Amino acid sequence: MYSEKVMDHFTNPRNVGDLENPDGVGEVGNPTCGDIMRIAIKVEDNIITDIKFKTFGCGAAIATSSMVTEMAKGKTLEEARVITNKNVAEALDGLPPNKMHCSNLAADALKLAIDDYLAKAGQVG
Amino acid sequence: MNTVKKVYLDHSATTPIRAEVAQAMMVAMTEQFGNPSSVHSFGRAAKKALEEAREQVAQLIGAQPGEIVFTSGGTEADNLAVIGTAMANRKKGKHIITSSIEHHALLDSCKWLEKNGFEVTYLPVDSNGLVRVEDLMAALREDTILISIMHVNNEVGTIQPIEEIGKIARDKGILFHTDAVQSVGKIPVDVNELQVDLLSLSAHKIYGPKGVGALYIRKGTRVEPRNFGGGQERKRRPGTENIPGIVGFGKAAELARINLPEEQKLIILRDKLIDGLLERIPDCQLNGDREKRIPTNVNVSIRFLEGEALLLSMDLKGIAASSGSACTSGSLDPSHVLLAMGICHEIAHGSLRMTLGRDNTEEDIDYVLDELPAIVERLRNMSPLYCCEKAAQCEVKEMCQNV
Repeated sequence: MYSEKVMDHFTNPRNVGDLENPDGVGEVGNPTCGDIMRIAIKVEDNIITDIKFKTFGCGAAIATSSMVTEMAKGKTLEEARVITNKNVAEALDGLPPNKMHCSNLAADALKLAIDDYLAKAGQVG
Repeated sequence: MNTVKKVYLDHSATTPIRAEVAQAMMVAMTEQFGNPSSVHSFGRAAKKALEEAREQVAQLIGAQPGEIVFTSGGTEADNLAVIGTAMANRKKGKHIITSSIEHHALLDSCKWLEKNGFEVTYLPVDSNGLVRVEDLMAALREDTILISIMHVNNEVGTIQPIEEIGKIARDKGILFHTDAVQSVGKIPVDVNELQVDLLSLSAHKIYGPKGVGALYIRKGTRVEPRNFGGGQERKRRPGTENIPGIVGFGKAAELARINLPEEQKLIILRDKLIDGLLERIPDCQLNGDREKRIPTNVNVSIRFLEGEALLLSMDLKGIAASSGSACTSGSLDPSHVLLAMGICHEIAHGSLRMTLGRDNTEEDIDYVLDELPAIVERLRNMSPLYCCEKAAQCEVKEMCQNV
Protein backbone atom coordinates (compact mmCIF):
# COMPACT_ATOMS: atom_id res chain seq x y z
CA MET A 1 0.00 0.00 0.00
CA TYR A 2 3.00 2.32 0.43
CA SER A 3 5.22 3.45 -2.45
CA GLU A 4 8.85 2.36 -2.62
CA LYS A 5 9.92 5.88 -1.67
CA VAL A 6 7.78 5.83 1.46
CA MET A 7 9.26 2.49 2.44
CA ASP A 8 12.76 3.80 1.75
CA HIS A 9 12.23 6.84 3.99
CA PHE A 10 10.58 4.66 6.63
CA THR A 11 13.41 2.12 6.59
CA ASN A 12 16.25 4.64 6.31
CA PRO A 13 14.87 7.88 7.66
CA ARG A 14 17.00 10.97 7.01
CA ASN A 15 17.87 13.47 9.75
CA VAL A 16 16.42 11.64 12.74
CA GLY A 17 17.21 13.04 16.15
CA ASP A 18 17.43 16.23 18.18
CA LEU A 19 19.52 19.39 17.71
CA GLU A 20 21.50 20.95 20.50
CA ASN A 21 20.33 24.52 20.97
CA PRO A 22 17.97 24.59 18.01
CA ASP A 23 17.02 27.98 16.55
CA GLY A 24 13.44 26.91 16.05
CA VAL A 25 11.22 23.97 17.04
CA GLY A 26 7.79 23.01 15.72
CA GLU A 27 5.53 20.24 16.98
CA VAL A 28 2.19 19.00 15.60
CA GLY A 29 -0.25 16.25 16.48
CA ASN A 30 -0.95 14.60 19.81
CA PRO A 31 -0.51 11.10 21.17
CA THR A 32 -4.26 10.52 21.40
CA CYS A 33 -4.58 10.47 17.64
CA GLY A 34 -1.40 8.48 17.27
CA ASP A 35 0.84 11.01 15.55
CA ILE A 36 3.32 13.51 16.93
CA MET A 37 6.00 15.15 14.81
CA ARG A 38 8.69 17.43 16.14
CA ILE A 39 11.04 19.29 13.83
CA ALA A 40 14.05 21.33 14.98
CA ILE A 41 16.06 23.70 12.76
CA LYS A 42 19.35 25.55 12.76
CA VAL A 43 19.34 28.78 10.75
CA GLU A 44 22.33 30.73 9.44
CA ASP A 45 22.01 33.73 7.13
CA ASN A 46 18.36 32.96 6.49
CA ILE A 47 19.21 29.41 5.38
CA ILE A 48 18.22 26.16 7.11
CA THR A 49 21.66 24.66 7.69
CA ASP A 50 20.57 21.74 9.83
CA ILE A 51 17.28 20.03 10.54
CA LYS A 52 16.25 17.03 12.64
CA PHE A 53 12.98 15.29 13.33
CA LYS A 54 11.47 12.95 15.89
CA THR A 55 8.16 11.28 15.17
CA PHE A 56 5.75 9.03 16.98
CA GLY A 57 3.42 7.60 14.38
CA CYS A 58 2.77 5.24 11.53
CA GLY A 59 4.95 4.53 8.50
CA ALA A 60 3.56 7.52 6.61
CA ALA A 61 4.17 9.85 9.54
CA ILE A 62 7.81 8.79 9.73
CA ALA A 63 8.35 8.92 5.95
CA THR A 64 6.79 12.38 5.55
CA SER A 65 8.88 13.72 8.42
CA SER A 66 12.04 12.34 6.85
CA MET A 67 11.10 13.71 3.43
CA VAL A 68 10.32 17.21 4.65
CA THR A 69 13.71 17.47 6.36
CA GLU A 70 15.40 16.50 3.11
CA MET A 71 13.34 19.04 1.16
CA ALA A 72 14.00 21.89 3.59
CA LYS A 73 17.69 21.41 4.26
CA GLY A 74 19.79 24.13 2.54
CA LYS A 75 16.71 26.12 1.56
CA THR A 76 16.05 29.74 2.51
CA LEU A 77 13.35 30.28 5.11
CA GLU A 78 11.04 31.69 2.44
CA GLU A 79 11.55 28.67 0.20
CA ALA A 80 11.09 26.21 3.06
CA ARG A 81 8.03 27.98 4.40
CA VAL A 82 6.00 27.40 1.23
CA ILE A 83 6.53 23.62 1.23
CA THR A 84 3.09 22.09 1.67
CA ASN A 85 1.95 18.72 2.99
CA LYS A 86 0.81 18.02 -0.55
CA ASN A 87 4.33 18.68 -1.88
CA VAL A 88 5.72 16.22 0.64
CA ALA A 89 3.23 13.53 -0.34
CA GLU A 90 4.02 14.08 -4.01
CA ALA A 91 7.75 13.83 -3.38
CA LEU A 92 7.07 10.41 -1.84
CA ASP A 93 5.18 9.31 -4.98
CA GLY A 94 1.90 9.68 -3.14
CA LEU A 95 0.33 8.35 0.04
CA PRO A 96 -2.70 6.09 0.52
CA PRO A 97 -5.85 8.27 0.67
CA ASN A 98 -6.55 7.51 4.34
CA LYS A 99 -3.08 8.80 5.24
CA MET A 100 -3.42 12.20 3.55
CA HIS A 101 -5.02 13.83 6.58
CA CYS A 102 -3.93 12.06 9.72
CA SER A 103 -0.28 11.39 8.99
CA ASN A 104 0.68 14.08 6.50
CA LEU A 105 1.53 16.94 8.83
CA ALA A 106 5.29 17.21 8.48
CA ALA A 107 5.20 20.48 6.49
CA ASP A 108 3.02 21.99 9.23
CA ALA A 109 5.66 21.07 11.81
CA LEU A 110 8.35 22.67 9.63
CA LYS A 111 6.29 25.86 9.30
CA LEU A 112 5.88 26.02 13.07
CA ALA A 113 9.63 25.58 13.51
CA ILE A 114 10.30 28.46 11.10
CA ASP A 115 7.71 30.64 12.84
CA ASP A 116 9.27 29.76 16.17
CA TYR A 117 12.66 30.88 14.84
CA LEU A 118 11.22 34.11 13.41
CA ALA A 119 9.43 34.91 16.66
CA LYS A 120 12.58 34.36 18.68
CA ALA A 121 14.72 36.30 16.20
CA GLY A 122 12.19 39.12 16.25
CA GLN A 123 12.30 39.27 20.01
CA VAL A 124 16.08 39.31 20.12
CA GLY A 125 16.58 41.76 17.26
CA MET B 1 19.11 -12.57 -2.82
CA ASN B 2 18.88 -13.15 0.87
CA THR B 3 15.70 -14.87 1.81
CA VAL B 4 14.04 -13.52 4.91
CA LYS B 5 12.64 -16.06 7.33
CA LYS B 6 8.85 -15.95 7.30
CA VAL B 7 6.89 -16.27 10.51
CA TYR B 8 3.12 -16.04 10.28
CA LEU B 9 1.61 -14.90 13.56
CA ASP B 10 -1.75 -13.59 12.40
CA HIS B 11 -3.95 -16.69 12.64
CA SER B 12 -6.83 -14.75 14.18
CA ALA B 13 -6.97 -12.72 10.97
CA THR B 14 -7.01 -15.83 8.83
CA THR B 15 -5.39 -19.25 8.54
CA PRO B 16 -3.86 -21.15 5.63
CA ILE B 17 -6.10 -23.81 4.10
CA ARG B 18 -5.01 -27.32 5.07
CA ALA B 19 -4.06 -29.69 2.28
CA GLU B 20 -6.90 -32.13 3.11
CA VAL B 21 -9.36 -29.24 2.95
CA ALA B 22 -8.07 -28.01 -0.41
CA GLN B 23 -8.28 -31.57 -1.76
CA ALA B 24 -11.90 -31.94 -0.68
CA MET B 25 -12.69 -28.57 -2.28
CA MET B 26 -11.05 -29.61 -5.54
CA VAL B 27 -13.33 -32.63 -5.72
CA ALA B 28 -16.33 -30.42 -4.94
CA MET B 29 -15.39 -28.00 -7.72
CA THR B 30 -14.67 -30.56 -10.40
CA GLU B 31 -16.91 -33.51 -9.59
CA GLN B 32 -19.68 -32.25 -7.31
CA PHE B 33 -20.44 -29.18 -9.39
CA GLY B 34 -24.18 -29.73 -9.69
CA ASN B 35 -26.80 -27.49 -8.13
CA PRO B 36 -27.97 -29.18 -4.93
CA SER B 37 -31.56 -28.20 -5.77
CA SER B 38 -31.49 -30.15 -9.06
CA VAL B 39 -33.15 -33.55 -9.24
CA HIS B 40 -30.54 -35.23 -11.49
CA SER B 41 -27.49 -37.19 -10.38
CA PHE B 42 -25.22 -34.14 -10.56
CA GLY B 43 -27.51 -32.26 -8.24
CA ARG B 44 -27.84 -35.21 -5.91
CA ALA B 45 -24.04 -35.59 -5.67
CA ALA B 46 -23.74 -31.93 -4.67
CA LYS B 47 -26.60 -32.27 -2.20
CA LYS B 48 -24.90 -35.26 -0.61
CA ALA B 49 -21.65 -33.31 -0.24
CA LEU B 50 -23.59 -30.38 1.27
CA GLU B 51 -25.32 -32.56 3.86
CA GLU B 52 -22.10 -34.32 4.78
CA ALA B 53 -20.48 -30.96 5.44
CA ARG B 54 -23.48 -29.92 7.52
CA GLU B 55 -23.00 -33.01 9.66
CA GLN B 56 -19.29 -32.33 10.08
CA VAL B 57 -19.93 -28.75 11.20
CA ALA B 58 -22.78 -29.80 13.52
CA GLN B 59 -20.55 -32.42 15.13
CA LEU B 60 -17.86 -29.85 15.87
CA ILE B 61 -20.22 -27.92 18.16
CA GLY B 62 -22.47 -30.72 19.42
CA ALA B 63 -25.48 -29.62 17.33
CA GLN B 64 -27.97 -31.41 15.08
CA PRO B 65 -27.27 -31.05 11.33
CA GLY B 66 -30.69 -29.42 10.85
CA GLU B 67 -29.65 -26.61 13.17
CA ILE B 68 -26.80 -25.45 10.91
CA VAL B 69 -27.40 -22.68 8.35
CA PHE B 70 -24.50 -21.99 6.02
CA THR B 71 -23.67 -18.33 5.36
CA SER B 72 -21.02 -16.34 3.52
CA GLY B 73 -18.97 -16.09 6.71
CA GLY B 74 -18.90 -15.03 10.33
CA THR B 75 -20.07 -11.51 9.55
CA GLU B 76 -23.23 -12.68 7.82
CA ALA B 77 -23.84 -15.22 10.60
CA ASP B 78 -23.66 -12.42 13.19
CA ASN B 79 -25.92 -10.14 11.13
CA LEU B 80 -28.50 -12.90 10.67
CA ALA B 81 -28.36 -13.95 14.32
CA VAL B 82 -28.93 -10.52 15.79
CA ILE B 83 -31.16 -8.84 13.23
CA GLY B 84 -32.99 -12.05 12.32
CA THR B 85 -33.98 -12.88 15.91
CA ALA B 86 -34.71 -9.26 16.83
CA MET B 87 -37.09 -8.90 13.89
CA ALA B 88 -38.75 -12.25 14.58
CA ASN B 89 -39.31 -11.30 18.24
CA ARG B 90 -40.08 -7.59 17.88
CA LYS B 91 -43.63 -8.02 19.17
CA LYS B 92 -42.27 -9.55 22.38
CA GLY B 93 -39.80 -6.80 23.19
CA LYS B 94 -37.36 -4.23 21.88
CA HIS B 95 -34.39 -4.64 24.18
CA ILE B 96 -31.09 -6.32 23.36
CA ILE B 97 -28.00 -6.78 25.54
CA THR B 98 -24.51 -7.11 24.10
CA SER B 99 -21.00 -6.10 25.12
CA SER B 100 -18.84 -3.16 24.15
CA ILE B 101 -16.04 -5.42 22.84
CA GLU B 102 -17.97 -7.38 20.20
CA HIS B 103 -16.82 -7.65 16.61
CA HIS B 104 -18.11 -4.87 14.35
CA ALA B 105 -20.30 -7.43 12.57
CA LEU B 106 -22.27 -7.53 15.80
CA LEU B 107 -21.96 -3.90 16.90
CA ASP B 108 -22.97 -2.56 13.50
CA SER B 109 -25.98 -4.90 13.43
CA CYS B 110 -27.00 -3.47 16.81
CA LYS B 111 -26.59 0.08 15.51
CA TRP B 112 -28.90 -0.79 12.62
CA LEU B 113 -31.45 -2.16 15.08
CA GLU B 114 -31.23 1.01 17.18
CA LYS B 115 -32.11 3.03 14.10
CA ASN B 116 -35.08 0.74 13.61
CA GLY B 117 -36.74 1.10 16.97
CA PHE B 118 -34.77 -1.30 19.18
CA GLU B 119 -32.86 -0.41 22.34
CA VAL B 120 -29.40 -1.88 22.95
CA THR B 121 -27.41 -2.06 26.19
CA TYR B 122 -23.65 -2.35 25.63
CA LEU B 123 -22.15 -3.98 28.72
CA PRO B 124 -18.78 -2.66 29.87
CA VAL B 125 -15.83 -5.00 30.50
CA ASP B 126 -13.23 -5.08 33.24
CA SER B 127 -9.57 -4.20 32.66
CA ASN B 128 -8.90 -7.77 31.50
CA GLY B 129 -11.66 -7.60 28.91
CA LEU B 130 -14.18 -9.76 30.78
CA VAL B 131 -17.91 -9.14 30.94
CA ARG B 132 -19.17 -9.15 34.53
CA VAL B 133 -22.23 -11.32 35.12
CA GLU B 134 -23.57 -8.84 37.69
CA ASP B 135 -23.58 -6.12 35.02
CA LEU B 136 -25.61 -8.41 32.80
CA MET B 137 -28.06 -9.13 35.62
CA ALA B 138 -28.50 -5.41 36.22
CA ALA B 139 -29.15 -4.76 32.53
CA LEU B 140 -31.95 -7.33 32.18
CA ARG B 141 -35.40 -5.89 31.48
CA GLU B 142 -38.91 -7.23 31.07
CA ASP B 143 -38.67 -6.56 27.35
CA THR B 144 -35.19 -8.05 26.79
CA ILE B 145 -35.45 -10.42 23.83
CA LEU B 146 -31.83 -11.23 23.06
CA ILE B 147 -28.42 -11.40 24.72
CA SER B 148 -25.37 -11.59 22.45
CA ILE B 149 -21.92 -11.96 24.01
CA MET B 150 -18.91 -13.24 22.09
CA HIS B 151 -17.26 -16.44 23.31
CA VAL B 152 -13.69 -15.25 22.73
CA ASN B 153 -12.60 -11.75 21.84
CA ASN B 154 -10.74 -11.52 18.54
CA GLU B 155 -8.18 -8.98 19.76
CA VAL B 156 -7.22 -9.97 23.28
CA GLY B 157 -8.31 -13.64 23.25
CA THR B 158 -10.28 -13.36 26.49
CA ILE B 159 -12.74 -16.21 27.14
CA GLN B 160 -16.09 -14.91 28.39
CA PRO B 161 -18.25 -16.69 31.00
CA ILE B 162 -20.64 -17.98 28.34
CA GLU B 163 -21.94 -20.97 30.32
CA GLU B 164 -22.92 -18.73 33.20
CA ILE B 165 -24.62 -16.23 30.91
CA GLY B 166 -26.30 -19.07 29.04
CA LYS B 167 -27.83 -20.34 32.25
CA ILE B 168 -29.17 -16.90 33.15
CA ALA B 169 -30.63 -16.43 29.68
CA ARG B 170 -32.26 -19.86 29.78
CA ASP B 171 -33.75 -19.20 33.24
CA LYS B 172 -35.19 -15.89 32.10
CA GLY B 173 -36.41 -17.26 28.77
CA ILE B 174 -34.26 -14.86 26.75
CA LEU B 175 -32.58 -15.92 23.50
CA PHE B 176 -28.81 -16.12 23.72
CA HIS B 177 -26.35 -15.76 20.84
CA THR B 178 -22.58 -16.10 20.95
CA ASP B 179 -20.02 -15.31 18.29
CA ALA B 180 -17.71 -18.34 18.46
CA VAL B 181 -15.61 -17.42 15.44
CA GLN B 182 -12.45 -17.08 17.55
CA SER B 183 -13.08 -19.91 20.01
CA VAL B 184 -14.07 -22.87 17.88
CA GLY B 185 -11.19 -25.19 17.11
CA LYS B 186 -9.13 -23.66 19.92
CA ILE B 187 -11.16 -24.51 23.01
CA PRO B 188 -14.17 -26.84 23.44
CA VAL B 189 -17.39 -25.38 22.03
CA ASP B 190 -20.61 -27.28 22.71
CA VAL B 191 -23.95 -25.57 22.17
CA ASN B 192 -25.62 -27.56 24.95
CA GLU B 193 -22.91 -26.99 27.53
CA LEU B 194 -22.84 -23.30 26.68
CA GLN B 195 -26.67 -23.20 26.62
CA VAL B 196 -26.75 -20.98 23.56
CA ASP B 197 -29.61 -20.66 21.09
CA LEU B 198 -27.53 -19.17 18.29
CA LEU B 199 -23.82 -19.42 17.56
CA SER B 200 -21.70 -17.94 14.73
CA LEU B 201 -18.87 -19.77 12.99
CA SER B 202 -16.35 -18.97 10.27
CA ALA B 203 -14.39 -21.47 8.15
CA HIS B 204 -11.28 -19.46 7.42
CA LYS B 205 -10.29 -19.17 11.07
CA ILE B 206 -10.02 -22.96 11.35
CA TYR B 207 -7.85 -23.67 8.29
CA GLY B 208 -10.82 -23.66 5.93
CA PRO B 209 -11.69 -21.37 3.01
CA LYS B 210 -12.76 -17.72 3.13
CA GLY B 211 -16.28 -16.72 2.19
CA VAL B 212 -18.10 -19.40 4.16
CA GLY B 213 -19.44 -19.61 7.68
CA ALA B 214 -22.46 -20.88 9.54
CA LEU B 215 -25.06 -19.89 12.06
CA TYR B 216 -26.22 -22.52 14.53
CA ILE B 217 -29.92 -21.95 15.23
CA ARG B 218 -31.35 -24.13 18.01
CA LYS B 219 -34.38 -26.04 16.85
CA GLY B 220 -37.55 -24.02 17.43
CA THR B 221 -35.78 -20.63 17.48
CA ARG B 222 -37.47 -18.10 15.21
CA VAL B 223 -35.17 -16.16 12.89
CA GLU B 224 -36.33 -13.92 10.06
CA PRO B 225 -34.19 -14.26 6.94
CA ARG B 226 -32.10 -11.35 5.67
CA ASN B 227 -31.82 -12.74 2.14
CA PHE B 228 -34.71 -13.49 -0.18
CA GLY B 229 -35.17 -15.59 -3.29
CA GLY B 230 -35.26 -19.31 -2.64
CA GLY B 231 -35.91 -22.10 -0.19
CA GLN B 232 -32.33 -23.06 0.52
CA GLU B 233 -31.09 -23.54 4.09
CA ARG B 234 -34.69 -23.97 5.28
CA LYS B 235 -35.54 -20.55 3.87
CA ARG B 236 -33.19 -18.92 6.36
CA ARG B 237 -30.48 -18.24 3.80
CA PRO B 238 -31.75 -18.43 0.20
CA GLY B 239 -29.33 -18.62 -2.71
CA THR B 240 -27.50 -21.49 -4.41
CA GLU B 241 -25.12 -22.97 -1.86
CA ASN B 242 -21.37 -22.34 -2.08
CA ILE B 243 -20.61 -26.07 -2.35
CA PRO B 244 -16.79 -25.91 -2.64
CA GLY B 245 -16.62 -23.52 0.31
CA ILE B 246 -19.08 -25.52 2.40
CA VAL B 247 -17.31 -28.81 1.65
CA GLY B 248 -14.01 -27.19 2.66
CA PHE B 249 -15.65 -25.87 5.83
CA GLY B 250 -16.95 -29.38 6.61
CA LYS B 251 -13.51 -30.92 6.23
CA ALA B 252 -11.89 -28.14 8.26
CA ALA B 253 -14.51 -28.66 11.00
CA GLU B 254 -13.83 -32.38 11.11
CA LEU B 255 -10.08 -31.79 11.41
CA ALA B 256 -10.60 -29.08 14.03
CA ARG B 257 -12.62 -31.51 16.15
CA ILE B 258 -10.02 -34.27 15.87
CA ASN B 259 -7.06 -31.92 16.43
CA LEU B 260 -8.55 -29.93 19.32
CA PRO B 261 -6.27 -31.54 21.97
CA GLU B 262 -3.22 -30.46 19.93
CA GLU B 263 -4.22 -26.81 20.28
CA GLN B 264 -3.42 -27.06 23.98
CA LYS B 265 0.25 -27.48 23.06
CA LEU B 266 0.25 -23.93 21.74
CA ILE B 267 -0.12 -22.68 25.33
CA ILE B 268 3.59 -23.44 25.82
CA LEU B 269 4.56 -21.30 22.82
CA ARG B 270 2.09 -18.57 23.80
CA ASP B 271 3.48 -18.31 27.32
CA LYS B 272 7.06 -18.39 26.08
CA LEU B 273 6.24 -15.48 23.77
CA ILE B 274 4.40 -13.48 26.44
CA ASP B 275 7.11 -14.00 29.07
CA GLY B 276 9.87 -13.29 26.57
CA LEU B 277 8.30 -10.02 25.43
CA LEU B 278 7.63 -8.78 28.95
CA GLU B 279 11.18 -9.68 29.95
CA ARG B 280 13.06 -8.29 26.96
CA ILE B 281 11.07 -5.16 26.17
CA PRO B 282 10.79 -2.47 28.82
CA ASP B 283 7.48 -0.63 29.18
CA CYS B 284 5.56 -3.49 27.64
CA GLN B 285 2.29 -4.77 29.08
CA LEU B 286 0.04 -7.75 28.41
CA ASN B 287 -3.49 -6.90 27.28
CA GLY B 288 -6.30 -9.26 28.28
CA ASP B 289 -6.66 -11.91 30.94
CA ARG B 290 -3.57 -14.06 31.45
CA GLU B 291 -5.48 -17.22 32.42
CA LYS B 292 -8.88 -16.96 30.73
CA ARG B 293 -7.25 -16.78 27.34
CA ILE B 294 -7.26 -18.99 24.24
CA PRO B 295 -4.02 -20.93 23.60
CA THR B 296 -3.20 -18.89 20.49
CA ASN B 297 -3.47 -15.24 21.52
CA VAL B 298 -0.73 -12.83 22.54
CA ASN B 299 -1.58 -9.14 22.79
CA VAL B 300 0.81 -6.60 24.26
CA SER B 301 1.09 -2.83 24.25
CA ILE B 302 4.54 -1.47 23.64
CA ARG B 303 4.71 2.08 24.91
CA PHE B 304 6.08 5.11 23.05
CA LEU B 305 5.60 3.71 19.58
CA GLU B 306 2.79 3.28 17.09
CA GLY B 307 1.48 -0.07 15.93
CA GLU B 308 1.55 0.33 12.18
CA ALA B 309 5.19 1.42 12.15
CA LEU B 310 5.91 -1.64 14.28
CA LEU B 311 4.06 -3.96 11.89
CA LEU B 312 5.91 -2.55 8.87
CA SER B 313 9.25 -3.04 10.62
CA MET B 314 8.34 -6.59 11.62
CA ASP B 315 7.17 -7.34 8.10
CA LEU B 316 10.60 -6.35 6.79
CA LYS B 317 11.92 -9.17 9.01
CA GLY B 318 9.27 -11.56 7.70
CA ILE B 319 7.09 -11.49 10.82
CA ALA B 320 3.35 -11.09 10.17
CA ALA B 321 1.23 -9.72 13.03
CA SER B 322 -1.50 -7.13 13.60
CA SER B 323 -2.25 -4.12 15.77
CA GLY B 324 -5.12 -2.20 17.27
CA SER B 325 -3.68 1.18 16.33
CA ALA B 326 -5.89 3.69 14.56
CA CYS B 327 -3.86 3.34 11.39
CA THR B 328 -4.62 -0.34 11.19
CA SER B 329 -8.22 -0.16 12.40
CA GLY B 330 -9.15 2.02 9.45
CA SER B 331 -10.55 4.77 11.64
CA LEU B 332 -9.15 7.67 13.63
CA ASP B 333 -9.57 5.79 16.88
CA PRO B 334 -7.56 2.82 18.04
CA SER B 335 -9.17 -0.52 18.92
CA HIS B 336 -12.60 -0.18 20.57
CA VAL B 337 -11.76 -3.31 22.57
CA LEU B 338 -8.65 -1.88 24.21
CA LEU B 339 -10.41 1.43 24.88
CA ALA B 340 -13.33 -0.43 26.51
CA MET B 341 -10.80 -2.16 28.78
CA GLY B 342 -9.76 1.28 30.03
CA ILE B 343 -6.47 1.32 28.14
CA CYS B 344 -5.73 4.89 27.05
CA HIS B 345 -5.40 5.96 23.42
CA GLU B 346 -1.62 6.32 23.51
CA ILE B 347 -1.09 2.79 24.78
CA ALA B 348 -3.73 1.31 22.50
CA HIS B 349 -1.91 2.82 19.49
CA GLY B 350 1.11 0.74 20.44
CA SER B 351 -0.71 -2.57 20.69
CA LEU B 352 0.61 -5.66 18.99
CA ARG B 353 -1.40 -8.86 18.45
CA MET B 354 0.39 -12.07 17.57
CA THR B 355 -1.81 -15.11 17.08
CA LEU B 356 -0.34 -18.58 16.87
CA GLY B 357 -1.30 -21.48 14.65
CA ARG B 358 -0.65 -25.18 14.29
CA ASP B 359 2.45 -24.69 12.12
CA ASN B 360 4.30 -22.35 14.47
CA THR B 361 7.40 -23.71 16.18
CA GLU B 362 9.56 -22.80 19.13
CA GLU B 363 12.12 -21.59 16.59
CA ASP B 364 9.56 -19.04 15.34
CA ILE B 365 9.11 -17.69 18.85
CA ASP B 366 12.88 -17.48 19.39
CA TYR B 367 13.22 -15.58 16.10
CA VAL B 368 10.55 -13.04 17.13
CA LEU B 369 12.08 -12.60 20.57
CA ASP B 370 15.49 -12.07 18.99
CA GLU B 371 14.34 -9.55 16.38
CA LEU B 372 11.70 -7.53 18.21
CA PRO B 373 13.78 -5.69 20.84
CA ALA B 374 15.97 -4.03 18.17
CA ILE B 375 12.89 -3.02 16.13
CA VAL B 376 11.29 -1.49 19.21
CA GLU B 377 14.49 0.31 20.14
CA ARG B 378 14.83 1.83 16.66
CA LEU B 379 11.26 3.17 16.64
CA ARG B 380 11.50 4.44 20.20
CA ASN B 381 14.67 6.33 19.38
CA MET B 382 12.69 8.09 16.67
CA SER B 383 9.82 8.89 19.00
CA PRO B 384 9.56 12.28 20.73
CA LEU B 385 7.52 10.54 23.46
CA TYR B 386 10.43 8.39 24.54
CA CYS B 387 11.77 11.30 26.44
CA CYS B 388 13.26 9.84 29.53
CA GLU B 389 14.70 6.73 31.05
CA LYS B 390 12.13 6.67 33.77
CA ALA B 391 8.74 6.19 32.19
CA ALA B 392 7.06 7.47 35.34
CA GLN B 393 8.19 11.00 34.49
CA CYS B 394 6.82 10.91 30.98
CA GLU B 395 3.98 13.08 29.90
CA VAL B 396 2.18 10.08 28.42
CA LYS B 397 2.11 8.24 31.68
CA GLU B 398 0.60 11.23 33.43
CA MET B 399 -2.07 11.54 30.80
CA CYS B 400 -2.85 7.85 31.03
CA GLN B 401 -3.21 7.85 34.75
CA ASN B 402 -6.11 10.22 34.40
CA VAL B 403 -8.07 7.77 32.30
